[in-house]
Amino acid sequence: MKLRTGLIIIACLALAGCGSSAGTWGWYVIDPRTTSGYNNIGFLLNGFGATIVLSLIAAFLSMLIGLLVVLPGMSANRWIRLPSRIYIEFVRAIPLLPMLFWVFYGLPVVLKSMGINVSIDAFWGAVITLAISDSAFTAEIYRSGIQSINKGQTEAAKTVGLNYQQTMRYVILPQAIKRILPPLANQFIYIVKMSAFASVIGMQELTRRANELVVTEYRPLEIYTLLILEYLVLVLIISFFVRWLERKMGSDESKV
Amino acid sequence: MSNSGTAIEISQLNKWYGTYHALKDINLTVKHGERIVVCGPSGSGKSTLIRCVNSLEEHNSGTITVDGIEMKDAASINEIRSEVGMVFQQFNLFPHLTILQNLTLGPMKSRGMSKKDAEERAMGYLERVRIPDQAHKKPSGLSGGQQQRVAIARSLCMEPKIMLFDEPTSALDPEMISEVLDVIVDLAEDGMTMICVTHEMGFARRAADRMIFMDHGEVIETGTPEEFFEAPKSERCQQFLSQILQH
Repeated sequence: MKLRTGLIIIACLALAGCGSSAGTWGWYVIDPRTTSGYNNIGFLLNGFGATIVLSLIAAFLSMLIGLLVVLPGMSANRWIRLPSRIYIEFVRAIPLLPMLFWVFYGLPVVLKSMGINVSIDAFWGAVITLAISDSAFTAEIYRSGIQSINKGQTEAAKTVGLNYQQTMRYVILPQAIKRILPPLANQFIYIVKMSAFASVIGMQELTRRANELVVTEYRPLEIYTLLILEYLVLVLIISFFVRWLERKMGSDESKV
Repeated sequence: MSNSGTAIEISQLNKWYGTYHALKDINLTVKHGERIVVCGPSGSGKSTLIRCVNSLEEHNSGTITVDGIEMKDAASINEIRSEVGMVFQQFNLFPHLTILQNLTLGPMKSRGMSKKDAEERAMGYLERVRIPDQAHKKPSGLSGGQQQRVAIARSLCMEPKIMLFDEPTSALDPEMISEVLDVIVDLAEDGMTMICVTHEMGFARRAADRMIFMDHGEVIETGTPEEFFEAPKSERCQQFLSQILQH
C-alpha cells in the first residue's frame, strides 16, 4: 500500500515536472483553461460512454455464451463434452484483432452468401468479437467454480432425492456463485482494456477519439498520456469493486 | 415395521477402480429391521460396499435388490434412493442453507411437500435428534456432533426404510461421538433397518444384530456381535480386533 502511494506521488511529480519544461511537453492541447483545450478534453472524455456500454454488453453476452458452453462441457458423456471443449480451445487460440477483422469485414459476407442480409456496424462488430473471445474464459471460470464444490454436496443431494437440475439449482450453483463472481468481475477488466481494439474498425470509443485528436493536434504524448489515465481510472474503479466483492464473498464463505 | 422379508439382497457383486479390484464377489442379505455393522481395515471396501447400495458408486457386475426393486436403470436407482437414507463421514450438510432448509429441501423439491408440512416434519425430527433450537442457524454455527445429528435428521425427513451410515463418527472430536451414537442406537431400537460402517466397537455390541468383517474387498467373517468379539474365527479378524481393541 505504501509502495503504491509512493509510486503515485512520484508519477504525479514527474508529470508536473514535465509540464513545467514547455520545450518537450505541450499540455495546452488539453488545458481546460483554454477553449480549445477544454473542447479537446470534452471530446476525449465523450468516449467513456461508448467504452463502458460496449464493455457491459460484451460482458453480459460473454456470461451468457459461457453458460451455454459450460453446461454441456461438464456432461459425463464425452461426445456431449466435445463441442464445448473444441469451442473453448478454438476461441482461446484466436488473437482478438484478427477475430475483430474477420467479424467486421468477413462475417457480413458469409451471412450474405447464406442469404442473410445484415450489415454489422463497428459497435456490434466489437461487441460480438469481445463477447466470443471472452466467453471461452468465462466458461472456464464457471467450470472451475462449479467443480470446486465438494463432491459430497452432490452425493448428499442425490440421497435426498434431488435430480441433476435440482441439485445444480438449489445446492451447487448457490455455492459456486460466490467463487465465480470475483474472477468474473476481474475478467470484466480484461474486456474494458480489450475494447480499445474496437478503435481500429472505427468505433468511437476512448482510444479512437484519442487517435483522431492526435491526427488533428499532433500532440501524441499528451493525448495518449491522458488516454492511459482514462483507462487507469476506469480499471481502478472496477478493481476497487472487485476487491469489495471478494471481501464480501469471502466473509460470507467463512460464515456459512 | 415388519421384521420379515428381505430389505437388501446383494449377490456376486464386483467393483473395479481401473485395475484395482475393490469388491470381490460380495453376497449379502439384509432382512427388514436388521442392524448390521461393517468393519475392517481402511481400504477394505466397506464404504464402497454401502455406497453401491444407493448407487453412489456404480458396480461392475452382480445384482443389488433393495426392498424388492432391482437396480438396473436410472428409474430404479431413483426409486431405490427414495427408500434409502445416507449419513456421511463428512456430514455433507448444505452450508448455504439453514438447518431447517437443509431438512426441508428434499421433501419439498423431490416429494413436492408443502413448505408448512415439510417444516413440521423437519421440526419433529430435529426434536428427535435433540437440537430443535438450532433450526435457524447455518451448519457452520453448529458443533461437529450437532452437524452430524442434523445430517441424520435430514435423511429421516425423507422417511427412508433403510439407513446407511458411512463412518458417521470418524470425523468427530471424541467428546461428540456418543451424542451421535446415541441417536443411531435410538433409531436402531425403533426397528430401522441399517448398515453402519464404523470402528466404534462399543456401539456395535450395543446396537448390531450382525457383524461383517471385510478385508481386501472380501467379506471375511460374519456373525453376531457375541460370536464376533468373543471368538473370531479368521486370523485376519483376530488381528484386526486386537489392534482396535487395544486402546
